[in-house]
Amino acid sequence: MSNITNQSLSEILESIKSKKISSLELTQAYIKNIENAKKLNAFVTTTFDQALENAKKFDNKPNNEQLLSGVPLAVKDLFCTENVKTTAGSNILNNFVPSYESTVTKNLWNNGAFLLGKLNCDEFAMGSSNETSFFGNVINPVGDHLVPGGSSGGSSSALAADLTPATIGTDTGGSIRQPASFTGTVGLKPTYGLCSRWGIVAFASSLDQAGPMTKTVNDCSIMLEAMSGFDEKDSTSINKKKETYSKNLKDNIKGLKIGIPKEYRVDNMPKEIDELWEKGKKILKDLGAQLIDISLPHTKYALPTYYIVAPAEASSNLARYDGVRYGYRSQKGKDLIEMYENTRSEGFGDEVKRRILIGTYVLSSGYYDAYYLKAQKVRQLIKKDFDDSFTKVDAILTPSTPSSAFKIGEKTNDPVSMYLNDIFTVPVNLAGLPALSLPAGLDKQGYPLGLQLIGKALDEQKILNIGYAFEKNCGYKNEIKKWWS
Amino acid sequence: MSKEKFDYFINGEKGKYEVVIGLEVHAQVLSSSKLFSGSSTKFGADPNKQVSLIDSAFPGMLPVINEECVKQAVRTGLGLNAKINNYSVFDRKNYFYADLPQGYQISQYKNPIVGEGKVLLDMPYGSKEIGIERLHLEQDAGKSIHDMDPSSTYVDLNRSGIALMEIVSKPHLRSPDEVNAYIKKLRTIMRYLGTCDGNMQEGSLRADVNVSVRKVGDKNFGTRCEIKNVNSIKFMQMAIEYEANRQVELLEDGKEIDQETRLFDTKKNETRSMRSKEDAHDYRYFPDPDLLPLKLEQKLIDDLKKSLPELPDNKKERFIQEYGLNSYEANVLVSEKEISDYYEEVAKLSDKKLAATWMMGDLFAMLNDKGLNISNSPISAKNFAELVQSIKSGEISGRIAKEVFEIMVESGDNPKKIIESKGMKQQSDPKELEKIINEILSKNKDKVDQYKAGKEKLFGFFVGQVMKLSGGKANPQLTNEILKKLLKG
Repeated sequence: MSNITNQSLSEILESIKSKKISSLELTQAYIKNIENAKKLNAFVTTTFDQALENAKKFDNKPNNEQLLSGVPLAVKDLFCTENVKTTAGSNILNNFVPSYESTVTKNLWNNGAFLLGKLNCDEFAMGSSNETSFFGNVINPVGDHLVPGGSSGGSSSALAADLTPATIGTDTGGSIRQPASFTGTVGLKPTYGLCSRWGIVAFASSLDQAGPMTKTVNDCSIMLEAMSGFDEKDSTSINKKKETYSKNLKDNIKGLKIGIPKEYRVDNMPKEIDELWEKGKKILKDLGAQLIDISLPHTKYALPTYYIVAPAEASSNLARYDGVRYGYRSQKGKDLIEMYENTRSEGFGDEVKRRILIGTYVLSSGYYDAYYLKAQKVRQLIKKDFDDSFTKVDAILTPSTPSSAFKIGEKTNDPVSMYLNDIFTVPVNLAGLPALSLPAGLDKQGYPLGLQLIGKALDEQKILNIGYAFEKNCGYKNEIKKWWS
Repeated sequence: MSKEKFDYFINGEKGKYEVVIGLEVHAQVLSSSKLFSGSSTKFGADPNKQVSLIDSAFPGMLPVINEECVKQAVRTGLGLNAKINNYSVFDRKNYFYADLPQGYQISQYKNPIVGEGKVLLDMPYGSKEIGIERLHLEQDAGKSIHDMDPSSTYVDLNRSGIALMEIVSKPHLRSPDEVNAYIKKLRTIMRYLGTCDGNMQEGSLRADVNVSVRKVGDKNFGTRCEIKNVNSIKFMQMAIEYEANRQVELLEDGKEIDQETRLFDTKKNETRSMRSKEDAHDYRYFPDPDLLPLKLEQKLIDDLKKSLPELPDNKKERFIQEYGLNSYEANVLVSEKEISDYYEEVAKLSDKKLAATWMMGDLFAMLNDKGLNISNSPISAKNFAELVQSIKSGEISGRIAKEVFEIMVESGDNPKKIIESKGMKQQSDPKELEKIINEILSKNKDKVDQYKAGKEKLFGFFVGQVMKLSGGKANPQLTNEILKKLLKG
């Protein structure tokens, strides 16, 4: 039983169902792992007592009909959790305890899971390395000097280090897929509107989407099934019938057309990434898929477009953190304006401030047309590129990131090089499409690398199926040494 | 109805100025819950008792449009003869204030739900059309209370998120009187529609007033000032009066008018500068990504149109045609839906013209006196109609009717009952009247002789005596006839 925590979610579920292990034993095993992994700094808050209580409750009256029966889960600290502190990685929410539960986490609990703790993340999900968190940076279990990716870096680190059987993150420009890629795990950003945004601390409303982070594609389909669904409390939620992704998971991808976009071969891309991509193509081809060269001509504008749209929305979304009603309030200042200034100066970190400034600037009178409006137009073109391609192909294969995990501190003084790490993930958010990052290999240093499968809107099942077939034939094995315990 | 001439001008040394006014009216939508949350909108609750997590902008909270508010805006648009836009967009208007929890107000900027329309005003100098530029939906802010504590400001968010309709007029108004008529007309239309209660004391109707002046005959508008958030018609009129004169004085002195936002100080009766154009907020409007564009099916608009009640302009025409009222009477009787309903009930059961006269006279005077409105009138429409019919049929005289009316107000009783029990019925039996008249004539033989000798003024004396003797119940017309006959004889 000691090895239960390095199994996949579906294996764990099977063990619980067959009573090979109790929910309490499972929970205790994770608690032990978490306590031994403080060095990784993956958790902001742990809810052990509550988790043990829930585990006992489950064991007393097991209900194995649910998707996530008796499983403890840690979640990104961007999801509001009832009566459990929710910080979004920020000082400004350092003392914030919501009285409500986000729809996505509530869906998980309604499917039999319970909360194990809250995972560190970049402040307000703004970052690609989990170095902007007020609670300190998170370490990648792959190596003690490596970032776990971001913004869902606590999630990727905890998952790869066996601190949670699966987890959820949010992805605004790659915040699930890039950390998944850096830690050799599976990450899915669903179609915009598939998972409710209600109760998730907002970064950029038109881009934010919650999604699963798991060890296997099958786990990913289970988690997606549990967390997704229409929510009338989110006006951008898609009203459609719920799908049973795990039951419908198939590994036959014969005859599927896979698009290979030429624009994703960028300058100075490491040779290893190119080789990884070639390897991916070969695996899919060998499985009977047909490779088709496609063009997504506006790809090069995606990153600048993203860095206008996302900060614009963020500058407005973060206006509510003013110290008036909840959260951190500075004690300094002689009037309302000074209270605002001090609260926000002390409450927000540098990266958040940088983006609020950019966002405020691009929405300002005289600049709106040149930046925000133009970015919205380009966004439509990027979306159209994908729409056009999907008349010819079933899915698109690209690398997830232009590099493997970089060193802690390597890019903190160069925001643009940090932003460039999202170059392959950002277009998907702008187009609102689903995309799956799969562990596909290691670079010469032995660090994980990921490949990304992009699907049509609401075509999650198809990319999960392709990923499932790929996973079986890729031979990727996560061999993380537990150096921290 | 004398046709007066429009005469609101300001005379300066250098010329005669006209005042150009445009209004941005903020009308609170009549709906049980707020624009984007389920919180109650009831007035007068304890502070912060009607506030949801959405209204107070907690992390992760999302707005969901309240359909009823959308329908109310469409109804109002239809009532203003306006174009309803099938596609409209909610935008964020960004600014910081303690009583604005989100740090932005959700409003409609480039694509409002209602486009151009018009409102007809009845002015003494004829009817005047005021153009409506647009109507859009937006959230109200909360309330900052600065005088409860010397060092702190308190915030009440009950109002935060309540739906407002901002109705923007074209700069077509030219005097405080027209502003008065315009606000009242808007209020009447919205009350007919049931889309806004128009209660200015409770802040359901407020306005930003844009004022500029120009020399009579000038084609171009002068520089305008906006007077923010005025909450009574009287204050609007005072503010306009002050502001227009201030601007004329500046121009007369050869100075320029700064485009600025001003506040009306109700205590000092003056406007004062709040912020100049340079300090104007940059609201950084952009489409709210939490809300999809609002797309209205034509069928919804058509259905709402079909279900609209008869509106004041149409009702007025009908009252003139159907009840033979003049324009003035019709105007007064359609000014409130409840009044028009009352009138129609009375008119169905009694003489239409007489009913109008008595309603606008004694009934309104009494209601006004008692501070009541028609819906809580102590006299029911049915009883009032009976009273009118009693007058019309000659059962009681107008003078007696006033007495009956007083008793009706006190007791709420049916007029027939009052007339019978108090024996107030008019004496219309010629024989009885002859008896009374003969008695008076025989008692006043000297006066009869004087009358016959040509002192015809004495006729009034005889009438008075008849009334006195009959306790005021003698039918005046019959009395006249019989008196004349007997005096001749």
